[in-house]
Amino acid sequence: MRFTINQKTYEADVDVRTSLLDLCREHLGLTGSKKGCDHGQCGACTMLVNGRRINACLSLAVMHQDDEIVTIEGLGTVEDLHPMQAAFVSHDGYQCGYCTPGQICSAVGMLDEVKKGWASHVTGDLDQVSLTDAEISERMSGNICRCAAYPNIVDAIREVAGQWGEQAIKPAPRSAAEQPAQEKVSA
Amino acid sequence: MSIIGKLFGSDDTNALVMDEPRPTSFLDGAQDVIGKPINRVEGPLKVAGRAPYAAEYPAERLVYGVLVRATFGRGKLTKVDDTAARALPGVIDVITDYDTFIRSPGQGGATDAPPQGVQDVQYFGEPIAVVVGETFEAARDGAAAVRLEYEEADANFVFAAHKDQGKEPKKDQIPGHSKQGNFEKAFNDAPVQLDVTYTTPSQNSTAMEPHASIAEWRDGTLILHGAYQMVASDQQQLAKALGVSADKVRIIARYVGGGFGSKLGIAPESVAAAVAAKKLGRPVKIVLARQQVYEATVRRSNTEQRIRLGTDANGKIDALSHNSLIANTPYEQYWEPVGVGTHFIYGGENREVNHDLIPMNLTAAGSMRAPGEAVGMMGLECAMDELAEKLGLDPIELRRRNEPAQEPEKQIPFSSRQMIPALEQGAQLFGWSQRKKAGTDRRGEWLYGMGVAAAVRSNQLQKSAAKVTLTTDGRAIVDTDMTDIGTGTYTILAQITAETLGLPLDKVVVHLGDGKAPASSGSGGSWGAGSSGSSVYLACEGIRERLAKSMGVSVEEMTLKDGRAIAQNRAVPVTELIEENLSVTGQIEPGKQEKKFHQASYGAHFCAVKVNAVTGEVRVERMLGVFSAGRILNEKTARSQCLGGMTFGIGAALTEELIHDERSGKVVNRDMAEYHVPVNADVPQLEVHFLSERDIHANPIHAKGIGELGISGAGAAVANAIYNATGVRVRDFPITCDKIIEQLPFDA
Repeated sequence: MRFTINQKTYEADVDVRTSLLDLCREHLGLTGSKKGCDHGQCGACTMLVNGRRINACLSLAVMHQDDEIVTIEGLGTVEDLHPMQAAFVSHDGYQCGYCTPGQICSAVGMLDEVKKGWASHVTGDLDQVSLTDAEISERMSGNICRCAAYPNIVDAIREVAGQWGEQAIKPAPRSAAEQPAQEKVSA
Repeated sequence: MSIIGKLFGSDDTNALVMDEPRPTSFLDGAQDVIGKPINRVEGPLKVAGRAPYAAEYPAERLVYGVLVRATFGRGKLTKVDDTAARALPGVIDVITDYDTFIRSPGQGGATDAPPQGVQDVQYFGEPIAVVVGETFEAARDGAAAVRLEYEEADANFVFAAHKDQGKEPKKDQIPGHSKQGNFEKAFNDAPVQLDVTYTTPSQNSTAMEPHASIAEWRDGTLILHGAYQMVASDQQQLAKALGVSADKVRIIARYVGGGFGSKLGIAPESVAAAVAAKKLGRPVKIVLARQQVYEATVRRSNTEQRIRLGTDANGKIDALSHNSLIANTPYEQYWEPVGVGTHFIYGGENREVNHDLIPMNLTAAGSMRAPGEAVGMMGLECAMDELAEKLGLDPIELRRRNEPAQEPEKQIPFSSRQMIPALEQGAQLFGWSQRKKAGTDRRGEWLYGMGVAAAVRSNQLQKSAAKVTLTTDGRAIVDTDMTDIGTGTYTILAQITAETLGLPLDKVVVHLGDGKAPASSGSGGSWGAGSSGSSVYLACEGIRERLAKSMGVSVEEMTLKDGRAIAQNRAVPVTELIEENLSVTGQIEPGKQEKKFHQASYGAHFCAVKVNAVTGEVRVERMLGVFSAGRILNEKTARSQCLGGMTFGIGAALTEELIHDERSGKVVNRDMAEYHVPVNADVPQLEVHFLSERDIHANPIHAKGIGELGISGAGAAVANAIYNATGVRVRDFPITCDKIIEQLPFDA
């Protein structure tokens, strides 16, 4: 099978039982994405698939041969960090570093969701989504950090959102097509 | 060989036994990097996903192992039926080695083999075999296909039913039982008495990285990439378990995804991987499933703590008793030292601190962040809050009245102690004066309250060594088997080296976690920074001496800055003072100072909560900590350590509870959806402040432990805030909604 990960094409002979996470970690040498629970509970495996954040441990590799997959390795490199990666360093948004790639991918995906105007559990006005600390904390609560860098993670994300400018986090007009199914129901 | 080499040998040792105070330190140097909030030096690797953790090393012909667990809580395994497993495609072998496999992890610092003999099953989930497959998927399905036959035996799964079976455990860090004066008489005579019992549940460290090993034998030597906090003693545990000499085992743990005590000793997958790798002649990787982490690593024991405080009318304590029941599996010696902080936090002539250990057929108990203080201070500091309420005193004033002038049991001075200043500064920063009478601040359906608690954590120095090499191109390379489990070790060791040798930080390279390097204290007990930091410092001190000699000046008159040695109006690049790489090994050992002075770090927690009067839901709104722990080596990473500790406190107060099924001994909530650690939305912006301090009795870098100080008392501050909000006192942790609601007025 053929996979597109970080804009690079990989060929792999994959067991139907292999998760997207294990494909990357055990077959392709992309160990940046972490396995913390293998049950979609901790978020350490978060990747961006077609621009959306998912728990890669809950998704089978064979479902993704036509997808655009981005892992932490594709966001930036040690020499050329993505702004979110750089902000996690400067705000100490980590300690042991094991949940960090998932946190960073999740944060990047999350800001895009806010940009699209998707609401969260703590959103007061569904037509006016804004990026408060409460919104960041709520939307990042699928990514557990046992070292508990949470306050610093919020600081890092707030800084990056600010760098991207008001426009970056100001919600676009809501269109039904952009809303995920579960959001349509609640809205 | 250079002149220096001829004088001192090319590899020399600078050793120090901490018998005398060390008032001066080269850390107060000219480079000015120590203490600064410098970004983690390994940060870019971590955020880019390029820092390799235990399970992430490539190996030729690698195969995968999955552990098979006992599906009964006590008894004898009679057969492992692997027929179905072996028939699955991709399964290579099903390996049992009852005598060699370990039942549960080694305890922190132990140098013997962990308990072996897994055929005699002592708890549900005990690993008893390993299925090895060409792929992870094959091994996993193989493990699920193994059938066990066994004879069950009588077991103790119910703590409440065996409370009369507690026995005094062997002296460890503190004695199991200790007495001073006549507690019973003093308590009975005291005009004000408090007698309360607090319970805390079993807990699990839940480090994000599951325990993992890749084992490979090369020419008779085992190379094991593992997730460990203490490499040197873990190598000994592993060698003993395998029956090989210690020099035939090399553990490598360069990056560790959190430990919190759970990775102090070797875990069951390590021995299984080593046995399988030897049998198959191929490298074997075993990563514990998250469920296995909860079942078969270590838990923090549940505790039942009876606390009795007797005071005079002014609140001065005359009688103090803290008696705890704790548990462990029958074969384990380790016990949770619940009262470790109680020994020295408050004065009082008549005192007893007792622990009784109950044998239980449950997951082994071991160290979890701040063994003792984490749960003991939660009980004691809640009891102090109750006492203050009873006396009509402000809780801070009560603590002020019971502040001892010296260590109250050993009658020795404190090396430094700033508990009251921490409480006072915290009170001011937090707005403590705004606190209202319990249960009186209601706005809408929310009840608001504030709580306070003190923090103490004993400071320990451990033997530790490190080699520092000054290279001819002007870099310094640090080699030690010390680990960085998220604590910031890479960064603080680089800062210590840069400061002491006067080098820019980017000229320092730190290599950690390799068992071939000089043996360190390892990461545990908050001693890592003080111990391994001192060893690095001493190595650098040795290099300074040699540079001064080479320059023909005294060490005292020489300043090192930006790669140059400056003295007697001369400035010489240090590279000109050496002809070849210069290595010195630094070694620190504890000495008389810890007997002459009681050493601990101190702090204070303040917490504001709101509690929903209808649902009992608790939201932590603000939390602030003030801490004193000697010299702060890096303000940024030290603050992060405190954030982590405080958050562990929030979890302990509100959500964390590892539950065993009383019928089978099985862990009921063995995953991260059921064992609730705090998530981002549970934790507000926390505030951390440090008090300036140097502890010259602790070690030559004047720093004390901080990783566990932040959890000490943190949960009590949350609980006390809940009481202040609601007037409801819950003495059974965690304080979940149901326990609050049942005591709230019906018309709330």
